Amino acid sequence: MGRKLKFGLVAALASLALVAAAGAALQGGAATTTLVFGASADPVILDGPLVSDGESLRPISLIFQGLVSLKPGSTVIVPQLATSWSTSKNGLNWTFNLRSGVKFSDGTAFNAKAVCFNFNRWYNFPGPLQTDAVTYYWNTVFQGFAHPAAGSPGPDKALYKGCKAVGSNTAVIQLTRKSGGFLGALGLSVFGIASPQALVQYKADAGTVTPDGVFQPTGTFGTQHPIGTGPYMLKSWKIGDKLVLVKNPTYWGNASSPNWSRSGKIDTLIFRAIPDNAARLQALQTGEITGYDNVAPQDIPTVRGSSSLRVVNRPPFNVAYVGINQAMPPMNNPLVRQAVAYGLDRAGVVNTFYGGRGQTTDQFLPPQLFGFAKKGVPQYPYNPDKAKALLQQAGLTLPVKIDFWFPTNVSRPYMPDPSRNFQAFQASLEKSGFKVTPHSAPWRPDYLGTVQSGGAQLFLLGWTGDWGDPSNFLNVHFGSETKQFGFNNPALFTLLQQADAETDLDKRTALYQAASIAVMKFLPVVPYVHSTPALAFKKNVKGFIASPVGLDPFWLATLGK
Amino acid sequence: MLRFIVRRLFLLVPIILGLSILIFLWIRALPGGPTQALLGERATPASIAQIRHQLGLDKPIYEQYWAYVRTTAEGNLGVSISSRRPITTEIRERFPATVELAFSAMIFALFLGLPLGFFAAKRHGSTFDHLSLVGSLIGISIPIFFLAIILKYIFSVRLGWLPSIGRQDVLIDAQHPTGFYVLDGIVTFNWNAAWDATKHLILPAIALGSIPLAIIARITRASALDVQNEDYVRTARAKGMSPGIVDRRHVMRNALLPVVTIIGLQVGLLLGGAVLTETVFAIPGMGSWLAQAIFNRDYPVIQGGVLFLAIVFVFVNLIVDISYGFLNPRIRVS
Repeated sequence: MGRKLKFGLVAALASLALVAAAGAALQGGAATTTLVFGASADPVILDGPLVSDGESLRPISLIFQGLVSLKPGSTVIVPQLATSWSTSKNGLNWTFNLRSGVKFSDGTAFNAKAVCFNFNRWYNFPGPLQTDAVTYYWNTVFQGFAHPAAGSPGPDKALYKGCKAVGSNTAVIQLTRKSGGFLGALGLSVFGIASPQALVQYKADAGTVTPDGVFQPTGTFGTQHPIGTGPYMLKSWKIGDKLVLVKNPTYWGNASSPNWSRSGKIDTLIFRAIPDNAARLQALQTGEITGYDNVAPQDIPTVRGSSSLRVVNRPPFNVAYVGINQAMPPMNNPLVRQAVAYGLDRAGVVNTFYGGRGQTTDQFLPPQLFGFAKKGVPQYPYNPDKAKALLQQAGLTLPVKIDFWFPTNVSRPYMPDPSRNFQAFQASLEKSGFKVTPHSAPWRPDYLGTVQSGGAQLFLLGWTGDWGDPSNFLNVHFGSETKQFGFNNPALFTLLQQADAETDLDKRTALYQAASIAVMKFLPVVPYVHSTPALAFKKNVKGFIASPVGLDPFWLATLGK
Repeated sequence: MLRFIVRRLFLLVPIILGLSILIFLWIRALPGGPTQALLGERATPASIAQIRHQLGLDKPIYEQYWAYVRTTAEGNLGVSISSRRPITTEIRERFPATVELAFSAMIFALFLGLPLGFFAAKRHGSTFDHLSLVGSLIGISIPIFFLAIILKYIFSVRLGWLPSIGRQDVLIDAQHPTGFYVLDGIVTFNWNAAWDATKHLILPAIALGSIPLAIIARITRASALDVQNEDYVRTARAKGMSPGIVDRRHVMRNALLPVVTIIGLQVGLLLGGAVLTETVFAIPGMGSWLAQAIFNRDYPVIQGGVLFLAIVFVFVNLIVDISYGFLNPRIRVS
């Protein structure tokens, strides 16, 4: 038996070695123009207006195109399916001159009728599709539906009025009121134009509502046949396994790159879901993926230290802030809010906890967005004595007791380590005449629920911009009364509405600069950092330009050997 | 035996009913709901109220439960709030991944654990015996996720011998008729795919199987020690029976009974969700799916998924109980 045992153990070890050696020998060689990207989750559905998560929007932005887009690496609006546009004098009619000779990947023609078909489809979404959970961006930008379900806004609130096709190459979008932010929002990939034939043939809007009230799509448009005009098209998608995009032979942009593969451009993109951050890094190190997004700050030195990997920075398009709920005294006193601003050691937190990837800020808007004020912004450098003086001027006895909330179980692009940020802020506030009572809760649903329902006096939070317009930062947060910030400031609301309605870019810029300054004088928040998220790639990936809003132009990248 | 099986199957009904009530009430007792999970920073009180209304979460709890029972009784486990896919479809796609992983882990644990335990008992008091005890203690003590990360670092990142994530190389185009990737490769004669799927199972199986290995080795050792000192074993040896036949016919067979119980419990636990292993190795199985659903308060997924696993657990233990009869005729007669 002893000999048999020894033989068995030797055989087992030999098998393991054989497995490993054969495994190395059988490693499939990757095609040189295939890029495998590690996503954090599977997409929900490949139908732009029905999603709002980044992992769905990533492939959607490669399959579909909108009337306008953003210049790679920036938030500057550039032509895409529309070559030019103009507004009527009253700002209610936007005329888009469309690119000619464009085809959808099913061979049908892109034209004005297709544009209007898509816009009207979104406006006429049935009840189950009208909540923010499904059509968040239509709700946010266009704010109403033709046939509203209970609780949904209707035509009286909607920004969208209608669409007219004038010939084949001109589409007129009609609005109910002036909106300068409308054009920037059209750059969102959720408003990409889909093939009307495919939308009908593959029943894009078909579905059933379960007794739980969940809408289940039953058509195959968004799962098997998402047909757009983009540089890529869907080849296959198996949830939990991989999503494969291949280059679209009918893509109009091919005309400018006739030797697509020969030039090293990526002709096959494979997305695979790897939810765990550490697993994504290891997959990159082993070569199982070629790149991934949302590199954890603690992993950046590892990527930088590797000779075969590199970091690609995404331009900062977010903000982290200390929010103030003015419905909870004494935060309704502007002197107290100023004391909070002077009492936060923002530069200290950014320098210590952001690993050189954060930019201390005095404004809510990120610097690359128009509307960012270059002068005239009130400054609140860390000054404990000044903070104490302001509290005494407000007639308060020191220390002033405040409740300060921070989230747990989360790392956000603008706030990688909330608890450390909190501890540092707590210490600086307590030197500045405050007595801080800490409160924490898991990020969702508890923390967000508490903050959004007005239960937190001071809180850590942030925002990542969705599209290249200041309204997406300022109007969303300060354009109306909310429980989160607990204030009613008609002058600020009016200024922001005026800025949003202004269609002339120069005037709009000036109005948003004024609004940015007004926010910092009023202090509903104390912003402290714009951080730089990162992607990681194998070194042979060249020419990848990261978009501030996640619309990464994979078609511009090349794969070397 | 048939009466025994039928009786156990009937017991499923009160078990499932009780479980459905417990799960239903427990997840609704958790703070928050799916809305914040869906919208994050973008949620507003108005959107939260609207979504709660659409999902029926503002209805009385008994109305919600009745809707749930009605649809479940029709065989409809509902649709995931996050992915908008039917729960039955998700289970059909994810369960094979978990079964394949659990099965591989159990094969690894049995392949090493049984002989280790048996030979430790045969060489009771020797260095081998002491080393096996220490080894099993280490096996039980090491957290699975830690072991998984170490294995990946050594065998994938440093040595490059084995893959670190997933069930198959994305560059392999394979058909998956059954959802069990190794079996799929075999039945479709795609040997490259079968081999690749096997490679992807090695490290997760070792990580997940480490605790069952340690437990099986210890239980086998203890059980074999008991049996080999029994009178009938001593008699068999005294009658001149060869040691090999004594071990196989008398010692191993009787020592296996408690081990079979452990195997049944371990398989149930493995199927219940190798959450950490699936997360670290990015395997799209039931465990990681349910864990994410709890974070997201995806009620239909939690309700349907846990109920399904409970049924599986009951069936697995039924099979274990039936297997006793084959191992020990006295149990069969009684």
